[in-house]
Amino acid sequence: MGKFSGTNLTCIRGERRVFSGLDFSIEDGGALVLTGPNGSGKSSLLRLMAGLLTPAEGALTWNGEATSEDPESHGGRLHYVGHLDAVKPMLSVAENVSFWASLRVADKGLKDLVAGALDAFGILHLADVPGRFLSAGQKRRVNLARIAAAPAPLWLLDEPTTALDRATIKDLERLVASHRTAGGMVIISTHSDLRLNPAENLDLATCTTRPLTEQLAQ
Amino acid sequence: MIGFIHILRRDLRLAQRQGMDSVMAVMFFVIAVVLFPFGVGPEPNILARIAAGVIWVAALMSSMLSLERLFQTDYEDGSLELLTLSPITLEIAVLAKIVGHWLTTGLPLIVAAPLLGVLLNMPVDGFPMLILALALGTPSLSLIGAVGAALILGSRRGGVLLSLLILPLYIPILIFGVSAVDAVIGGFDAKPQLLIMGGFLLAALPLCPWAASAAVRQAVE
Repeated sequence: MGKFSGTNLTCIRGERRVFSGLDFSIEDGGALVLTGPNGSGKSSLLRLMAGLLTPAEGALTWNGEATSEDPESHGGRLHYVGHLDAVKPMLSVAENVSFWASLRVADKGLKDLVAGALDAFGILHLADVPGRFLSAGQKRRVNLARIAAAPAPLWLLDEPTTALDRATIKDLERLVASHRTAGGMVIISTHSDLRLNPAENLDLATCTTRPLTEQLAQ
Repeated sequence: MIGFIHILRRDLRLAQRQGMDSVMAVMFFVIAVVLFPFGVGPEPNILARIAAGVIWVAALMSSMLSLERLFQTDYEDGSLELLTLSPITLEIAVLAKIVGHWLTTGLPLIVAAPLLGVLLNMPVDGFPMLILALALGTPSLSLIGAVGAALILGSRRGGVLLSLLILPLYIPILIFGVSAVDAVIGGFDAKPQLLIMGGFLLAALPLCPWAASAAVRQAVE
């Protein structure tokens, strides 16, 4: 059981107020879609939720406890996908994924987890290919396979569909759906249409939350 | 602890595949030392007198040469963000990277140092102490250097800034490292110098990963 929420969050970047007085709350199996124009603070909010940024005001809590109290356990329960894919050019696809998974799960059974995650994104045949030969979309798939390989209840995905083809977006939708069925929560910023219904929509332009409808997901 | 081993293993594997970093550090070390006989002339007595100092200064420089890359590549490809967000304590992760740096650049220097001692006509009595002093000193160099390497993240021309930041901090290690070798060659006991260098290492071991982690957190913000 988990509940992740933030109250009265204010984010200031370079002396500019990005957003203020923002509240959100998400529970097991929930999905929160962040929308808003460029520069409205979607990435900043996700980095804030991950703990990479500290809010200028307000607090983030997990089951009522402030996440800043224990950054390591907060890090342990979340997966963050940012703009960079963290794929090492000198390591093979499987080595890249299994390194990140090895920090979270025991060595026993790691191989199967990694193989399963690579298979989920259709890159199992690339397992031995070094990262430097991958295209942008393949690198993004490796990054998404990284979060599929090790379980974590909270996923923070910052425009995860960048560079992905349509078939892989479907794979991602399937993965997010099964993650939610297993009780996980997901917070996504996106410009493209990911089907996640039912989901809540947090509009950064107005800082209001409402149920996500189909046309909002455009 | 498991995370420490995984990060160390990854960094060693990367160093082994890229290969160039450790080879370059050693080559730079050798070439820098070899330049001295050309500069100061081939008199064996003068070379023997300055041997320990030259080897130590060259070791400082070559250890610093590869430090810029310690966090830079991870910073640029986003790995550093993910390391900050992993369940591993960041200080432990940073320490693993520092140990990796020392194994790939500090250790080869220790192996190459006696050879350069021969080239510079260093008295044979000093060799064991040179190795021992380098073994105590080079880990401190990697530790202190990591703080500088983390501080320069995100800055342009980081390499020059790095040397300005950390070379002054290397001076105590240089002084006691050279003086330990000179003491043994002169027939004295080098225990005080070794104890002081050991003290540096023991102080740097907890303090430097802590300071470097703080700088890394600042950099990924």
